[in-house]
Amino acid sequence: MDSKLSVRHLLGIKELTQSDILHIFETGAQFKEVINRPIKKVPSLRDITVANVFFENSTRTRLSFELAEKRLSADVINFSAASSSVKKGETLLDTVRNILSMKVDMIVMRHSCPGAPHFLSKHIQANIINAGDGTHEHPTQALLDTFSMYQHFDGNLEGKKVVIVGDISHSRVALSNIFALQKLGAEVMVCGPITLIPKYMEALGVKVELDIRKALQWCDVANVLRIQMERQKTKNFPSLREYSTYYGINKALLEELNKEILIMHPGPINRGVELTSDVADSEHSIILDQVENGVATRMAILFLLAQRQE
Amino acid sequence: MISRLCQQLVENHDDFQETVLLGMQPKGIYLAERIKQRLKEITGTELPLGHLDTTFFRDDFRRRSEPLKPNATHVPFIIENKKVVLIDDVLFTGRSVRAAIDAMLAFGRPSCIELLVLIDRKYSRDLPIEPHYVGKSVNTIQSQRVQVEWREQEHAEDNVWLVSSQL
Repeated sequence: MDSKLSVRHLLGIKELTQSDILHIFETGAQFKEVINRPIKKVPSLRDITVANVFFENSTRTRLSFELAEKRLSADVINFSAASSSVKKGETLLDTVRNILSMKVDMIVMRHSCPGAPHFLSKHIQANIINAGDGTHEHPTQALLDTFSMYQHFDGNLEGKKVVIVGDISHSRVALSNIFALQKLGAEVMVCGPITLIPKYMEALGVKVELDIRKALQWCDVANVLRIQMERQKTKNFPSLREYSTYYGINKALLEELNKEILIMHPGPINRGVELTSDVADSEHSIILDQVENGVATRMAILFLLAQRQE
Repeated sequence: MISRLCQQLVENHDDFQETVLLGMQPKGIYLAERIKQRLKEITGTELPLGHLDTTFFRDDFRRRSEPLKPNATHVPFIIENKKVVLIDDVLFTGRSVRAAIDAMLAFGRPSCIELLVLIDRKYSRDLPIEPHYVGKSVNTIQSQRVQVEWREQEHAEDNVWLVSSQL
């Protein structure tokens, strides 16, 4: 396997090859061992400065990145748009160029516009990691999701069946997951109300199912997405209650199946909407493993991209 | 050669109560495994053996042309107050050993660290690091490479080569 990533930036899963993904997993597994040691820190990136630039809110992803950076001994600066000159009308490129003049080597960016990190990568030297661009991609989430499945299934996702449940059309996690799973040889299905499933799904080679029972019967893994209240301005379904009646996963639904399936969720969970508590906290769920793997995967990405500094 | 190294260890470690072996990835682990087996034959005690990977602790990370590839670290015991015998195949600049000491300290504070190497390339050190136990010392020049092959890596037999690069 090639020991160098084929890309300088992590903009999306689409740009990665299968061997890149497997290489990230392999390195991530080593870092998972590191963060379970009594001393969780290694000095690999001590000469690197990383800026976490968040134009959109985030708790989990930002904390996870910050922890990953600190465990690698990188210097970290945080920036959030709410409390910055962006409010005064500075452009994205100017903001980032100013940050880079302070000798920053890597940028972790979340932005509400799809393609913002791609745009930036054409204009600046630093390595860019996309931490979510609008409704487009969220590559690190997809990598940690697939890494969690990969470890659960002993390093092979070939032929595994994964259903992604929920709001597909507003979800960057869904799109990145679809790319990542397909590159690893898994079969992907999406399930949700027809109003939340984009038309192009079949063109991506993804199955579409509107009945949650059939979807769960088919799959090995159910990756359940959060209903994003903040992106539901046009009413795509009548009420949360109706959504949870038709698409919420509860214990009874799982017990109807004649097999065990794995339940995943990228967080934050709306308990009682997409998952009931008895499912979220059950032995089927690997939600907290996902969070642990998040730090390890992000360490691997930072470590591998730092090797591509030029 | 391995037998002699083991005899030297026996002389210095009495009953091996507090001793642990730590093989350095990637190739020191084969030597460490052999040492462990031979010590078991000689003394009847089975020593704890760990694998240590130094990739994340190296100082030449990113300064090399070839990217580094991490290997597994597996230290199934507590290092605190143990006598650690660090094992590697070839000692050259001493930089990996420095990284290994750093990496090891992430697991605790050993009472002492000894260094055992199969091949010591003399007069090539970048750091003040000397081995306690040496299989064989060789004089080499910078452009040469010492290559150790183990049967465990699917080589027909164990071999040590001194390779001169062609100009």
